[in-house]
Amino acid sequence: MKRLKTNRSKSYLLFLAPHAIIFTIFFIIPFFYGVVISLYKWNMFFPDKRSFIGLANFTKILFNTDSIYHQYFFNGLKNTFIFVGLSVPLLIIVPLVFAMLINVEPKGYKVFRGIFYLPSLLSISTLVLIWKWVLNTNVGILNITLGELGIDAIPWLAAQPYAWFSLVLMTVWWTIGGNMVIFTASLKEIPESLYEAAEMDGANSWHKFKSITLPGMRNQLVYITIMTTLASFNVFGQPQLATGGGPSESTKVLMMYIREIAFGGSTPNPGIATAMAILLGIIMISISIFQSRMLKRLG
Amino acid sequence: MAINKINKKKKRISFVILTILSIMWILPVVWVIGTSFKTEQEAVSSSINLIPQDFTLESYKYIFSDTNNNILHYIKNSIIISSTHTFLYLIVASLAAYAYGVMKWKHRDKVFWALLATMMIPTVMNLVPLYAIMIKLKWLDKMLALIIPGLGGVFGIFLLRQFFLGIPKDLVESAKMDGANHFYIYTKIVLPLSKSALVVVGLFSFVGNWNDYLWPLIVLNTDTNRTLPIGLALMQGNYNIYYSRLMAATVVSMLPVIAIFMVAQNSFIKGISMTGIKE
Repeated sequence: MKRLKTNRSKSYLLFLAPHAIIFTIFFIIPFFYGVVISLYKWNMFFPDKRSFIGLANFTKILFNTDSIYHQYFFNGLKNTFIFVGLSVPLLIIVPLVFAMLINVEPKGYKVFRGIFYLPSLLSISTLVLIWKWVLNTNVGILNITLGELGIDAIPWLAAQPYAWFSLVLMTVWWTIGGNMVIFTASLKEIPESLYEAAEMDGANSWHKFKSITLPGMRNQLVYITIMTTLASFNVFGQPQLATGGGPSESTKVLMMYIREIAFGGSTPNPGIATAMAILLGIIMISISIFQSRMLKRLG
Repeated sequence: MAINKINKKKKRISFVILTILSIMWILPVVWVIGTSFKTEQEAVSSSINLIPQDFTLESYKYIFSDTNNNILHYIKNSIIISSTHTFLYLIVASLAAYAYGVMKWKHRDKVFWALLATMMIPTVMNLVPLYAIMIKLKWLDKMLALIIPGLGGVFGIFLLRQFFLGIPKDLVESAKMDGANHFYIYTKIVLPLSKSALVVVGLFSFVGNWNDYLWPLIVLNTDTNRTLPIGLALMQGNYNIYYSRLMAATVVSMLPVIAIFMVAQNSFIKGISMTGIKE
């Protein structure tokens, strides 16, 4: 009897083992290994040739204004912040508006919901190919349509501020689906009686939105804000494929630099790339914590 | 009566707005599909014909017969990698979710929330070290590099655990009384009851893996080993000036995902609705 009991109490380890082992090898070990790499002048294919340099990678990136890596890092960081600043508000407001329209449940609302959700299942290369064709300067449908209205062809991907506009546009088209569905689900949870009571008291639409709808989905708003911000910080494929980081590196985001420094070119420098990734990671985590504190206080 | 009238009016207004918005939303896709059936001449003719005047399958024939591009390899690799990954992930994640959701052990919930908290750590931090590990394992340019590391994902465990927590405790307890061991309860009771949740997790895992871009871009070198998103991105260079062919390839890359969505739309919607809601 006693043996049976100990048997049972340990058997959970068997169920955990496959995931725990994979998670350790491909998540926990890389996490600490990354810290080690960032402290070295690392050689990816000949690890024997590495040399320990302490925090030199970090100080070079952050403070050495003569270093090319310093310039890369701050240009990449600036561009990433521009993308986050432009995209995150739209990626919250647009799906919220769509969700409120769908929540009224007009005829065929499931079809509408499906159409808005569908693009989020496409791969980044499909997305960019679609939009490069739509935005094509000479024969794209957008410029042709504008031409009929007497507006000159606009180089949507080759000049600023159009390049940022195009990258944000395709990102909104691509990713609002998930947030919209979460908003729709949480709008349903808000009891209709609250709105009816407010109407009795003569509240207008804006009042109802501010004092019933927003507080009613506080948890989902916090979740969406944090996850959307993190996703936007990870932006890579859209500028890499659509603008190539141009015009003149104005849309080259930090992820593009990190990949290039780590894996590309004739003199890859994984130590520097990892140090940049750690700095970016610290920034992202700090912003998430800051956001959750702020939003909780507001609620 | 008055409220009813207001509601009807609201529904009509929202129907009109949503119709306009969804036409705008679907237009780029329609434009791309139209182009893929046009002759190259018509494709670049700067006319707004959504429907081709000279309907032709030439572009499709070309991309599948062009010996310079390996689109069939890309498709085959993507199918093998994504289905293997999904199959294995369902096993790994459901086993772990069973331990975190059904079994009882000391500090269980603390361990689970700690695991969940690691989702906040940005994956970019692991990029270079994970690559170094791939070199050590000799997995560079191999399918294993795209199948195995993602099995450590936590999100599917979270969704499955949520579902397992809702399974009536009596079912599990009475099976235990009858002398059933945990493996029996897992395979014969919990899994059969969780089919819908397994479908949801399977769909997300498949689509996520299918669309992965940065990681396969880094670890794959040989062209015939590439997955569809990477191959498609490269075709952009090869077919630079042949828009009708490029758009045919784009449509081919969209088809599987759109087909899956048509069949399983409700599972996707249900799955995402679950993610925003805390217990």
